[in-house]
Amino acid sequence: MSKDVIGSVMVIGGGIAGMRSAIDLADAGYYVYLVEKKPSIGGVMSQLDKTFPTNDCAM
Amino acid sequence: MLTLSEVKQVTGDAGNFEVNLIQHPRYIDESKCIACGMCAEKCPKKVVDVYNTGLVNRKAVYVEYAQAVPLKYCIDAENCLYLTKGKCGNCENICPAGAIDYTQKEKSLTLNVGSIVLAPGFKSFDPSKLDFYNYASHKNVVTAAEFERILSASGPTMGHLARISDKKEPKKIAWFQCVGSRDVNKCDNAYCSSVCCMYAIKEAAIAKEHAGDDLDCAIFYMDIRTHGKDFERYYNDAKDKTGVRFINSRVHSVLPIHGSDDLEVRYVDESGKLISEIFDMIVLSTGFETPPEVVELLNDLDVDLTEGNFAKTSAFNPVATSRDGIYICGAIAGPRDIPQSVVDSSAAASDAGEILSSARNSLTTVKEAIPETQVVGDPPKIGVFVCKCGINIAGVVDVEAVRDYAATLPYVEYVCDNLYTCSQDTQDIMADVIKSKNLNRVVVAACTPKTHEPLFQETLLCSGLNKYLFEMANIRNQDSWVHKNNPELATKKAMDLVRMAVSKVALMEPLEEAELEINQEALVIGGGISGLTSSISLAGQGYNVNLVEKSDVLGGQALNIYKTASGEYVQENLSALIKKVESNEKIKVYLKTEIVSTEGFVGNFKSVLSTGGEEKSIEYGVSIVATGASALEPDEYNYKTDERVLTSLELDRKFIDKDPELSKINSAAFIQCVGSREPGRPYCSRVCCTHSIENALELKKLNPEMNIYILYRDIRTFGEREYLYKEARNKGIIFIKYKLDNKPEVVNKDGRLIINIVDHVLRQPVEIEVDLITLATAILPPDNQQLASFYKVSVNDDGFFVEKHAKLGPSEFATDGVFLCGLAHYPKPIEEAIAQGKAAASRAVTLLAKKKINTIGTIAKINPMNCSSCGVCISICPYSAPSYIEEGPFTGKVKINPVLCKGCGLCVASCRSGAINLKGFDNDQIFAQIYALKEAV
Repeated sequence: MSKDVIGSVMVIGGGIAGMRSAIDLADAGYYVYLVEKKPSIGGVMSQLDKTFPTNDCAM
Repeated sequence: MLTLSEVKQVTGDAGNFEVNLIQHPRYIDESKCIACGMCAEKCPKKVVDVYNTGLVNRKAVYVEYAQAVPLKYCIDAENCLYLTKGKCGNCENICPAGAIDYTQKEKSLTLNVGSIVLAPGFKSFDPSKLDFYNYASHKNVVTAAEFERILSASGPTMGHLARISDKKEPKKIAWFQCVGSRDVNKCDNAYCSSVCCMYAIKEAAIAKEHAGDDLDCAIFYMDIRTHGKDFERYYNDAKDKTGVRFINSRVHSVLPIHGSDDLEVRYVDESGKLISEIFDMIVLSTGFETPPEVVELLNDLDVDLTEGNFAKTSAFNPVATSRDGIYICGAIAGPRDIPQSVVDSSAAASDAGEILSSARNSLTTVKEAIPETQVVGDPPKIGVFVCKCGINIAGVVDVEAVRDYAATLPYVEYVCDNLYTCSQDTQDIMADVIKSKNLNRVVVAACTPKTHEPLFQETLLCSGLNKYLFEMANIRNQDSWVHKNNPELATKKAMDLVRMAVSKVALMEPLEEAELEINQEALVIGGGISGLTSSISLAGQGYNVNLVEKSDVLGGQALNIYKTASGEYVQENLSALIKKVESNEKIKVYLKTEIVSTEGFVGNFKSVLSTGGEEKSIEYGVSIVATGASALEPDEYNYKTDERVLTSLELDRKFIDKDPELSKINSAAFIQCVGSREPGRPYCSRVCCTHSIENALELKKLNPEMNIYILYRDIRTFGEREYLYKEARNKGIIFIKYKLDNKPEVVNKDGRLIINIVDHVLRQPVEIEVDLITLATAILPPDNQQLASFYKVSVNDDGFFVEKHAKLGPSEFATDGVFLCGLAHYPKPIEEAIAQGKAAASRAVTLLAKKKINTIGTIAKINPMNCSSCGVCISICPYSAPSYIEEGPFTGKVKINPVLCKGCGLCVASCRSGAINLKGFDNDQIFAQIYALKEAV
């Protein structure tokens, strides 16, 4: 563990998991860099039609 | 947010990493692009659309999907004619915002961060290499991801169910499970991908919803694995109500039928008969794989991987990788569904934040509030800003005419039109105009308030105006877009909409947002493994915790468990966790304590605790419910009459106590689904298959000669637990499948313990004599009703708590400030309970860290003079905001708690006395709008 602790976090991947993690961290008071390889975030979940078991729209 | 970016190198240690990244050029200036789409319209180059799984084409300049964030176009450099051949330039010529920039270059960035969360995701298995499925050669053999796009309203067929080859509506569709999962012969993925059974059932059910009853859907499976919350019900409904066929068979060949686009499927059914069926379409339920570039990245980062190429973790540290300061969530932690990914992502946030808590808020800034101008009593001075939205509005509506018309309306002091009202420079101009012209009400006639109202309200705030002195007229989505062919009427409609907005805004009053202090203490209810974990996470982030446990010891159900699925000893790890809690001065433990009553709301709860009859009141800001569950005490299979019949936890106890009798056993049987997946208790208890197999392997270790039988319905060793199942079969453990309508029978024949069962392979009744039977009993929730009523949350039909959202809010309740973890949510193994304990803490910290919360201004307000005390509003409000006034002149009338009210308006509509108004939507404001409309008709 480094002595000079930096109050920022890098989240690699902008799918549902990365986005949730980034929001939690930002809301908890940390500066977040959300890194995504593609031109937009959203990941696989945005490609889904509905989600089980509630048949909610994934978008 | 860094899009189009890839991590190249990470150096340093936890708390202080240096990360080198490459950012690829977008060739479009994000600050200028207004996503009008004209570039893509004019782009001559067609490219396979990967987002739509290659089913259609897109252009070389594109946006992945309509709701993409950021909603900015991007040029695909590999395919752009200008960037590859120096020809074209259409997009640059057409772009009204001047956003195209072919000169952008790849950038190299270096960033310093305290911790890293990896969420790189997965890729679907590519079935092209399995030639017997004909995926690569036949258009009507698709992957589940492709089928998902076919079903989607935003997909290539706009949600119309049609097969690819000839656009014919299919009448028969087959799903093949475990394509690229649970298979070491044709691919190297021995693990189960965990989600394919459920998504296949969902796709089949939705397909039938689209196509109606004459669509035949058949799912070919090995074991149906519907082990998640409410999944088994979904499966039962698909089978019994929707009429999806489930065929327990692995298809050995698919034959294209010459002269047609149909496919012949040959398989052996459960009775051993060879069957041939013809289908219109075949969907391959492809599994998860870690993409090779991610494997490479993890290797570069020095993060250990499992044999399935997922990041290696331990059950007691489920989101921490082998490298300190690097955490994981999502599919890189093993194949998992969305709720589990969301739980893990909050858990990873909790862990990543915990090690940096000394530097919290050091790099974030808080905006300074600008003092609000007093406008009450002043006559309205309205500014109207009409937006052209490039040509989105101006292409149809005569914007100048609308602007000039607005200037003639009462109280309007200023009008203008803008190319893009939402652009940063227009916002700056708007703020200046508001100040210089002393405007006190603002109307923006543009797009939809859904996406842009917060932006314009922010501009009002920056100009010192209350943000509720604002109204939008939607002259794009509800006008120019829908009346493209009738520009004259569209212009007239825009004028009507502007007039209505002006009449309403003139009556708008500044609204207050109540500010609420959040008590910085937390209450955790339940001292099992998830409650202990939550407490440690909260304390680690600097908050005081009250941990309440009903029994006289900490540890909960984990006290009864021998090993985790990954082979770690539970008792040693649990003792360490308990010690950590007991020695943490920020955690106050209340044993033998129950909650007697609770009142209050987010940020300000108050509960009375009772410890052996002695009562104590505590105040706290957030509550975490971790009340656990317990094992069913069975009344079948001779459990109560024969001491050779044990429950799983009783067998664990013998392992923990190193009972010497265990190694003397010659034969043992495990009976699965005891009390689970039955009509009275229709859920799967999720952990029992893995637990029994684990214990069977432990018995084998004690005595390799022991005969072991596992009697099961479907083996549900999801994810990398599948390796245990494989190991068990390799070690000679015999698996016998039974059906619910033909359960095994346990009899005592002259002192001999006998099981009668029909063997599914031999199709013959067999008699098995054993020395020990272990019953894999269901996990039962306690009676949660009282606690549910304390926090105004609900429990489902099975008795488990209902979370805020099945996918996106698994660790919190719909009631603000109350969170959920562990078995109280649903049966789960230790690693998942720990992850959720951390997740609940993470969600709670996001609230505590704010210290204060602002309520919304548009809330309901009661005039007690008109209230008839009928109580309809109290019964109808989903947030429990209205309550009877208990003292003072209006005793018996109703008041509304502004903190709890979400402004939904249900009470307003339900009030028979007209006593309730919704601020910002007052009757006179709405009527002013309606009267303004009446002028038009």
